[in-house]
Amino acid sequence: MEHLPVLSIITFMPLVGVILILMINADNLKNIRNTALLTTTATFIFSVFILWFGFDQTVADFQFVEKTSWLGENISYHMGVDGISVLFVLLTTFLMPLVILTGWNTIKHRLKEYMIAFLILETFMIGVFCSLDIVLFYVFFEAGLIPMFMIIGVWGGANRVYASYKLFLYTLLGSVLLLLGLLYMYFTAGTTDIPALMDYNFTPEAQMWLWFGFFASFAVKVPMWPVHTWLPDAHVQAPTAGSVILAGILLKMGGYGFLRFSLPMFPVASYEFAEFIFVLSCIAVVYTSLVALVQKDMKKLIAYSSVAHMGFVTLGIFAFNIQGIEGSIITMLAHGFVASALFLCVGVIYDRLHTREISRYGGLVQNMPKYALVFMFFTMASVGLPGTANFVGEVLVLAGLFKVSSFAAFFALTGVILGAAYMLYLYRRVVFGALTKDDVKAMLDMDKREILIFTPLVICTLWMGIYPTSFLDFMHVSVENLITNFNASIDAYQLTLTGDK
Amino acid sequence: MIYKVIVFLPLISALLAGFFGSKLGDKFAQFVTVSGLVISAILSWYAFITVGLMGGDMQSVTVLSWIVSGDFNVNWAFRIDTLTVVMLVVVNTVSSLVHIYSIGYMSHDPHKARFMSYLSLFTFAMLMLVTSDNFIQMFFGWEGVGLASYLLIGFWYKKPSACAAAIKAFVVNRVGDFGFALGIFAIFMTFGSAEFSEVFARVGEFEGKNIHFLGMEFDLITTIALLLFVGAMGKSAQIGLHTWLPDAMEGPTPVSALIHAATMVTAGVFMVARCSPIFEYSAYAMNVVAIVGATTAIFAATVGTSQNDIKRVVAYSTCSQLGYMFFALGVGAYGAAIFHLFTHAFFKALLFLGAGSVIHASSDEQDMRKMGGLWKKIPLTFTAMMIGTLALTGFPYLSGYFSKDMIIESAYAAAHIIDAKGQLIMNANTSGANYAFWMGIFAALLTSFYSWRLIFMTFFGRSRASQKVQDHVHESPQIMLVPLYALSIGALAAGGYFASSFVGEHYDEFWREALFLKGENIMEAAHHVPGWVVASPFVAMVTGFLISLYCYIINPALPAKFTSTFKYLYNFCYHKWYFDEIYDFLFVRPALSLGRFFWKVGDENGIDKYGPNGVVALVGAIAQKFKALQSGYIYHYAFAMLIGVALFVTYFVTYSNGGGN
Repeated sequence: MEHLPVLSIITFMPLVGVILILMINADNLKNIRNTALLTTTATFIFSVFILWFGFDQTVADFQFVEKTSWLGENISYHMGVDGISVLFVLLTTFLMPLVILTGWNTIKHRLKEYMIAFLILETFMIGVFCSLDIVLFYVFFEAGLIPMFMIIGVWGGANRVYASYKLFLYTLLGSVLLLLGLLYMYFTAGTTDIPALMDYNFTPEAQMWLWFGFFASFAVKVPMWPVHTWLPDAHVQAPTAGSVILAGILLKMGGYGFLRFSLPMFPVASYEFAEFIFVLSCIAVVYTSLVALVQKDMKKLIAYSSVAHMGFVTLGIFAFNIQGIEGSIITMLAHGFVASALFLCVGVIYDRLHTREISRYGGLVQNMPKYALVFMFFTMASVGLPGTANFVGEVLVLAGLFKVSSFAAFFALTGVILGAAYMLYLYRRVVFGALTKDDVKAMLDMDKREILIFTPLVICTLWMGIYPTSFLDFMHVSVENLITNFNASIDAYQLTLTGDK
Repeated sequence: MIYKVIVFLPLISALLAGFFGSKLGDKFAQFVTVSGLVISAILSWYAFITVGLMGGDMQSVTVLSWIVSGDFNVNWAFRIDTLTVVMLVVVNTVSSLVHIYSIGYMSHDPHKARFMSYLSLFTFAMLMLVTSDNFIQMFFGWEGVGLASYLLIGFWYKKPSACAAAIKAFVVNRVGDFGFALGIFAIFMTFGSAEFSEVFARVGEFEGKNIHFLGMEFDLITTIALLLFVGAMGKSAQIGLHTWLPDAMEGPTPVSALIHAATMVTAGVFMVARCSPIFEYSAYAMNVVAIVGATTAIFAATVGTSQNDIKRVVAYSTCSQLGYMFFALGVGAYGAAIFHLFTHAFFKALLFLGAGSVIHASSDEQDMRKMGGLWKKIPLTFTAMMIGTLALTGFPYLSGYFSKDMIIESAYAAAHIIDAKGQLIMNANTSGANYAFWMGIFAALLTSFYSWRLIFMTFFGRSRASQKVQDHVHESPQIMLVPLYALSIGALAAGGYFASSFVGEHYDEFWREALFLKGENIMEAAHHVPGWVVASPFVAMVTGFLISLYCYIINPALPAKFTSTFKYLYNFCYHKWYFDEIYDFLFVRPALSLGRFFWKVGDENGIDKYGPNGVVALVGAIAQKFKALQSGYIYHYAFAMLIGVALFVTYFVTYSNGGGN
């Protein structure tokens, strides 16, 4: 029986909202907002029904597969999800309604375009995680930049042009190399189908070059040190909702890319470059944590902390064992909740005082107790307090990593100490202390809309922290499958090495 | 079921008080937290009697699965054995009394509900720690008590010093947790499990094996034990990682009594005792524990003699007593260590709450130089403090006498193990034990000195307070005194009543499999040490008392003369051996300047200058040269892309040709 193309429906549902919004008069702000919220909520509910309840956790293969020919014989429109990608799709659809709510009152300038940009962005992001053809993936992957670029460039802060240019330049570097790799693969293997490419054995030499081409693109997205400097600027200049998307989902595409392409398609190269990744990631963790310690701008601080957290992700992926990889997926999801929430926390007070400078605040616990509680919760979650989602991710990553490299685990753990220092220091300067400044005194506590945004994030962070089994069960089979294939390739490779001698 | 109630009742009351306290009022918050804790405490004593005294079986209670990933399989689960129930009794008894006391102590504070909620939250985390059946849940409790401690030290958030102390406590503890976490991962790598029962059963298999750690080969069990011990040092404020504890006195006094005297700071002692099956297989690690413990005992005691803040004196005393517990662990006298933990919880909580009562009476004054002559005005508090002091200094037949003397005798016995031929056995532990014994004696003298100094400066002599404060001095309300009475009973009798179970003839049937001993029970030998060893702590105590009496009652001018003569020695003690200054110089400043360096020089002047900004400049320059003069960003990008593509295509073509041929 033919089944419904559910993944396409989920992917393109936001575009229905775009069409509806296009038909609304630009002055009718209320209808525009409601339409956007309705569309994203409907997408979320639909994706939960299909993916959360309908996904078969015992199968390693791709599910909900759709395949029709697209560009010629060898490039097809191929969609599907497995245990690695399904949760990212859900994370995207989950965050979108919250993102729409974030700009609810603050965005008045060109609201119509604003909502359209976010809805288009949602389509592209879901598309990235569902694509099973590398050309399709590339199209979504690169196209997503355009709305992001516009969100920063149009609704961003004072220095938005510089930030978007930096973002563009870095990503361009990655894209070019990714495209070259893609072309090479197409001409060598004769297909761009991801499952087919996973089975294709590239020669070790080709793997090295391809790996590097893909790495350039994913490393920028993660971002890894030293190609991280676009992130603080992009975050600082982006509107709150843009930061949430950036931290919550766009950064995850790098880690996802490593899991979807680098490990399964270039196992030998991944194996050979693992130490290189460890070195970069450890530098990232220590370096950016120290930089975060001395930041004066709240968003910059959290942006740098994001780089440090993403360092854990790459460490876990390249540990090549089940704890490392599952831990890195959990860390990405947890970061999707927690970093998003922290940017929202900044947004709450930015909306009131219009500054991100830490020293302008102080003593907020007295007039904003609800805010103080929420901010404390996510500060502690970011620090990796057990019982929150980050802890589960970090403990699994480190448990897996320690088996492979005690050095890497050692340096990564220093990030845990520094993380506590910079987050608590931030919290103290913003929330504790005496309430002296008049404009700070006048700030009102969170309203119902803001509480509504944070509630689902708190619930998910705790849920994933206390009972992560609900999430881990999705990925076990797919991750085990990935590792089995990976190990088989490495064994074969080592056999040829010894055979040569 | 009973254990779930004991553990989760405080959590429920914390949540109720925290979320509904502002709506339903302070009375409601106080009622739910106090009643929750009292019920938990009563059930804990019931558990103590059935499991500890009547020999009930060890139980394992699984609540929920937690993290499952491959062979990493951890549950939310309780392990109930004698060690657990002892800790349950300590935690819940002191906690419930502190809850009651807080109703009075915090009566003028506007945030009563929040305070009670934090206290209950702390208790929950502590209970999760002591009941855990695996390392990961223990770490949950471990960090959870750290969180509660952070919140409570910083409770008066308007005080910058309180905020700074709160952060310091959390971050210094994180340094300890760093070691603890590495230890846990090493355990998981070695045993493929983080569950106590599975790990402990197989430690013997790995004796003598090596681990490749940070590029070097180490003895496996020693490495694990020492990493775990770093965690214990952080939480239990052992020398090197102790700097947060005195600063933590910025928190309200009931917090100091509960967290920084009776329960949280003893978590490290508990952890080492819990891991006795691991430590027993590493003589080297045991020796380190003994030496660190003994050094802390003497270090904190010297600092304690020079402090003027009443709470800080008691804080350093706590630090010093924790040192005793550790060297007891280090010489293999686990029972004695836990026994001292048990008795210390009562008399040290008593001293803290008594000190709180003194502070409450003298209008929030904490400086002992501005006290004096208080005993007539607050006789009940004075009596309580006297009982606490006598118990602490080891006055015969009070609590501290049984536990502390047992520790000192154990250290002597461990240093003088005699074989069948009557020859003294010199093994790896002997030196540490010998050192611990002498440090223990000397620290006992200092303990007695500073404890009596506190009593004399606070309660005797002429009052040095302002007239206004003097007129206002009053005895605390009954709600604060009742906990003092209860703790006094513990300080007076807990030692004598339970000595035979914890360290005496009923040792084996009391502890059973909760504490592991590889060799002989050192406490057996400790009962047969020479007479002078038994007498020496007593002599030290009396000497300390006499010196104190002479300095602060008979010849009060002497201390000032002494400090000016031995200025350097005094300053060294008064400035806490300059640990804070050294750490600031070694770690805090370099971290900040490195951060600034990486930011300004690394990111902005390095990566950005030669990366994105450099590309633009370069492209601009090239564009100028080629006179292709349109400027504007889009053009730059296109140009950069073109160059990039050209470069890589060239490279690829060259490469594939080379590869092809």
